Amino acid sequence: MGSVFWQYALAMTFANTKHAYWKPEEEILSRTELEALQAERLKRTVGRVYDAVPFYRDKFDTAKVSPATVVSLGDLARLPFTTGADLRSIYPTGMLAVPIDETMRLHTSSGTTGKPKALFFSRQDVSNAAELCARSMVATGVTKQDIFQNMMTYGLFTGAFVMHYGAEKIGCLVIPAGPGNTERQLMLMQDFHTTTIHITPSFALYFADMLEKRGIDPRKDLALKRAFVGAEPYTEETRRKIEEGLGLRVFNSYGLSEMNGPGVAFECQEQAGMHLWEDHYAMEIINPETGQVLPDGERGELVLTTLLREAMPIIRYRTRDITSIVPEPCPCGRTHRRIQRITGRADDMLIVRGVNIYPQQIERVLMSVPKVGRNYLITLEGLDEMTVRVELSEFGFDGQLEHVVALQNEIATQLRAEILIKPKIDLVPPGTLPISEGKAKRVIDNRKL
Amino acid sequence: MNSVRLLAVFVENKPGQTANITRLLAEAGVNIRWVTIANSGPFGVMKFLVPDPDQGHRVLRQSGVMASFLDILPVEVADKPGALQAVADCLAKEQINLDNTSGFVANGRAVVIVETHEIDRARAALVSQGLRVLSRDELLCL
Repeated sequence: MGSVFWQYALAMTFANTKHAYWKPEEEILSRTELEALQAERLKRTVGRVYDAVPFYRDKFDTAKVSPATVVSLGDLARLPFTTGADLRSIYPTGMLAVPIDETMRLHTSSGTTGKPKALFFSRQDVSNAAELCARSMVATGVTKQDIFQNMMTYGLFTGAFVMHYGAEKIGCLVIPAGPGNTERQLMLMQDFHTTTIHITPSFALYFADMLEKRGIDPRKDLALKRAFVGAEPYTEETRRKIEEGLGLRVFNSYGLSEMNGPGVAFECQEQAGMHLWEDHYAMEIINPETGQVLPDGERGELVLTTLLREAMPIIRYRTRDITSIVPEPCPCGRTHRRIQRITGRADDMLIVRGVNIYPQQIERVLMSVPKVGRNYLITLEGLDEMTVRVELSEFGFDGQLEHVVALQNEIATQLRAEILIKPKIDLVPPGTLPISEGKAKRVIDNRKL
Repeated sequence: MNSVRLLAVFVENKPGQTANITRLLAEAGVNIRWVTIANSGPFGVMKFLVPDPDQGHRVLRQSGVMASFLDILPVEVADKPGALQAVADCLAKEQINLDNTSGFVANGRAVVIVETHEIDRARAALVSQGLRVLSRDELLCL
C-alpha cells in the first residue's frame, strides 16, 4: 500500500514538473561549460568580423586590438563598441559578413527618423532565432498542445516572424492573426480555443477593455493561459492590469531588432527576471557615461555581442536599455543569468536637480496609485521645475475636492520616495491629455539651462 | 434617507471651464438652484443643486465631463444670531467633523448646507437637537 503511494507520488512529481526544457543540454549546462562555449564562440566571431567586415577591421585597428589576442570572455571589455549610429552609417549592407546571396531575410528596425537599421539573416540565423523563441516559449510552459495566436505585425518588424517560427518548432497550432480587427481576434480565440497570445501592451489593454464592456469573462469564456507582451515598453503595473483583464499570465521578454527581435531574454515560470540566452549572446552592463563595465547586480546599460550570428555579427552593441544582471541561480535550473526588467533607456534619462531620473520610474509610481488613469505627461521648465500632469481614472472622482487634493499629495509623496525630488502634480480629468499614437511622448523639456 | 444629492463636477482650473459646464447644463434645460465653486491649484470642483442630478450627470458625462454626486444635509435654522452656532455645537458634541459648510437666506428662511463624511450620524444628532433637516423637495421649493 505504502509503496504504491510513493510510486504514485513520484510519478506525479515528474508529471507535474513545473520546469520543462526545450533542449536541456543547452539550458542547464554548468556555468563553466557555458562560459567555455561563449569564449570559443566569441573568438570565432571576432576572427570572422575582422576578416570579412572592413567596418570592424578599422574599428579593431583603431582600438589596437588584434583578434588573435581575444581568447577569453575577459577580453570582451577591450573590444570597441558598436552603436545604433554605426548601424545607420553602414546602411544598407556595410556590416555583412557573408556574400549577400548567403542571406535569406531582411528586417529593419523601427527607425523614426532617417534611414532605418538594415538587419540581415542567413538561413542558419533564421533557424537560430526560431530556436531561441522555442526555448523561451517552452520555459513559460508552452507545449505542442497550445494554440498560439500571433497578434503582432508581420512585416519589416522582426517580432511576429521569429515567434511564429518558434511556436511552429514546438508544434503549436499557429494562428497568424496579425494586429487589429478586434472582432476577428475574438472570434478566432473563441472558435479555436487560443491558449497563448503574442500582443502589444496597448492592444492587450484595449482588448481587455472590450471584453469587459461586452461582459465576456476571459476566465470562463476563453481558453487563454498566457501572453507574450512586447514591442512597446510597459511597467510591472501594466503587466498586472493585462493579467487581470485577460485572465492569463504575462511573461516578460526582452529583444531588439538588432539582435533578432524577441527571444533574447525571457522569463521562465518563476517570473523573476528574464534569462538572457548566453550561448547566443555575451552580455555586459556598462556605465552609459564612461563605458566602464559594471559588476553583476549594478544597474547600467546592457551591451550585447552576438556569438552565433552568421550574416551580420555585432560586437558590443550599445542597446541603450537600462537593466542589471541577476547573478543568483534560478530555481528553474537554467544556468543562463537573468536580467531585470528594463527600467529605462539611456537616451531617456533626465537629469533634474542633479538626480538621474527615468520616466519609467515615474510611470511605475503613477500606475501603482489607485484612482489614477494611464495617461501622463512630464514637463520640465525654468530651472529644473518638474510638473507631472496625470489624468484621474474614470472612477477617480467622488465629488469631494478634498479627496482629489489628498490623492495629489499622495502621488507627490510616493514620487518623492522613488525619484528623490518632489514634482508638482496636476491632476486633470480623463481625456484631457493628448492620446498617444504609437510611441507616446511623455516628456516635454522646456528648460533653459 | 433625506440627505440631498448634489451634482459635483471636476474640472481643470483654467479660463472658460465654468462657462463650458454651465452652457452644457443650460442647453439641456437644467435649472441651477444653487452653486459653489472651489479651486485648489490646478483643478477645481463645482457643486450644483439641480432638480434632477441624474439628468445633469448624464448630460455632462455625454460631453466627456468628469461628474459625480455628493450628498449633503440642508439644515433649516432660525434667521437670527447664534443659529449657526447651534448646528456647529450639536455636531461638535458628537465629534463630527464638518468638511465644507455654506449657508444662505431665501425668502426669510435660513439654510445651512452641511457636508460631512458621517452624514447619518450628523442627521441623527441634528434631529435629536430639534433641528430640521430639509428634504430635496423642500430645499428646491424655498
